[in-house]
Amino acid sequence: MPDTVHELKSDRMILNMGPQHPATHGTLRLVLELDGEVIVKAEPQIGYLHSGFEKLGEDKTYTQWITLSDRMNYLSPLCNNIGFAQAVERLIDIEIPERAKYIRVIFAELSRIADHLVWVGTHALDIGAMTAFLYGFEAREWLYDIFEHTTGARLTTSYTRVGGLFRDVPEDFEDMVNEFNRKFPKVLKSLHGLLTRNRIWMDRIRGIGYLSREDAINYGVTGPVLRGSGIDYDVRKNFPYLIYDRFDFEIPVCDDGDVYARYLVRMEEMAQSHRIVEQCMKDFPDGPVNIADEKYKLPEKEKVYDTIEGLIHHFKNIMPGHGFDVPAGEIYDATEAPNGELGFYLVSDGTNKPVRLRVRAPSFVNFSPFDVMIRGNMVSDTVAVLGSLNIIAGELDR
Amino acid sequence: MIEHKIIQKEISQKFPNVKFEEFREMLSVLSSKADFLDLMKFLKENSNLQFDYLTDVTGVDFLKQEREPRFDIVYHLYSFKNNQRLRVKLGVPEEDIDVPSMAAIWKAAIWLEREVFEMFGINFVDHPDLRRLLTPDMFDGNPLRKDYPLRGRGERDSILDLK
Repeated sequence: MPDTVHELKSDRMILNMGPQHPATHGTLRLVLELDGEVIVKAEPQIGYLHSGFEKLGEDKTYTQWITLSDRMNYLSPLCNNIGFAQAVERLIDIEIPERAKYIRVIFAELSRIADHLVWVGTHALDIGAMTAFLYGFEAREWLYDIFEHTTGARLTTSYTRVGGLFRDVPEDFEDMVNEFNRKFPKVLKSLHGLLTRNRIWMDRIRGIGYLSREDAINYGVTGPVLRGSGIDYDVRKNFPYLIYDRFDFEIPVCDDGDVYARYLVRMEEMAQSHRIVEQCMKDFPDGPVNIADEKYKLPEKEKVYDTIEGLIHHFKNIMPGHGFDVPAGEIYDATEAPNGELGFYLVSDGTNKPVRLRVRAPSFVNFSPFDVMIRGNMVSDTVAVLGSLNIIAGELDR
Repeated sequence: MIEHKIIQKEISQKFPNVKFEEFREMLSVLSSKADFLDLMKFLKENSNLQFDYLTDVTGVDFLKQEREPRFDIVYHLYSFKNNQRLRVKLGVPEEDIDVPSMAAIWKAAIWLEREVFEMFGINFVDHPDLRRLLTPDMFDGNPLRKDYPLRGRGERDSILDLK
């Protein structure tokens, strides 16, 4: 019996997906080469959202650039804030107070949950399951209430400062987080109930978008994509920063390397983040949230009005062309953002602006093996594989 | 983690001309063009070091610092075996912008080097697919070079006429 697909010698078709396709979550374009319904080659065309953050960084002071970091991964802006502030702090070599570390860990983990909730919702929505989206977004809204209440903004949080935080958390912060902690396990359980053993869901995403262990290392992917291919690497464990070494949590790893594996890893990560936040809330310390050195942080308003030093420090920090100087040197510092290793490579020449500000964006590196993952799959699998990578165009193009 | 001294010793045995720098607990290897491809292969394949994972590739332009050579190409490597990061830097003068590509050793370099190519105008020799990535194909200029103006050269207005 001859193989019918090969008998019908049809021309290959080029299909353009994007740049404005509802399932691409931001503007990116895929040029798919098709043999019938099978994808022979996929060529990602990116850069539609390129906004020159790295070039702008060379013209802005370190504090000013924090506001730009919000706009990279717009599903978890707080993680970007934390990653950048930490890189600068390590370059200057300052240690932030205990309470600031706790708050940063809490916000990093809550952001991870928020990011994954949007991811699971939209991923399921793309594939055709509407309900998970609504469940996810409801819980995400609780988190965004906490973020808004603390930072004053939902998306443009700009919450961290070099040497600490923009301000302390409000009085009812602990109650809000505890309330979320209480309610979240139920949401996660219902998401599992809706999807994990759902026959349609499993048929749809198991075995597609396969990325082998060797390819995952070779292409340098990080985050849930790497762990979904069976490699146990997480910056929080491998290079513990802030206070992650004090908490009891696990790094979920799945060996299958397909879309379903990435789904399982992300779902379990939410549970682990929830564990970390719970442990944080148990011994949440009091104290200052900023370092005492007023060279780096804005002084209190009373000091600005009453003392000459306070006034000088205030102006030195905010006047155009000023800002604190950073010692000459270079640093590569990474944090584990929801999508993977978010690295910052800073080169300073001792002035108030960096010579080079490089962002190692996880979405960018995770997207490069897309062709390998999608080859041999069907056209309709494209959205599922794309969704599993959680490509955020703001971070992809920077 | 293994000690920086051990890494230095391993590398110096094979590549005596290589220099080292240490800053904020991170070791940098300063290579020259002649050694570069061999050095990177060695770092990946040496059984004690095994830097099998390429985290990042980027460039730095030192035009305003008036440094010779003008560019640095910076590779950040990671070793799963030793849980260790390493930085490898290669100075590139303005007159000779040909650099060996790492795409054959780590596929992660394909996209990362394409970005350095368009942003700094560095020519990666033997790269399988050296095209612009973030900027349009007809774009002319290397935005991250220091002599490229912050607000561009008017490409925003004329990009539709560039066809």
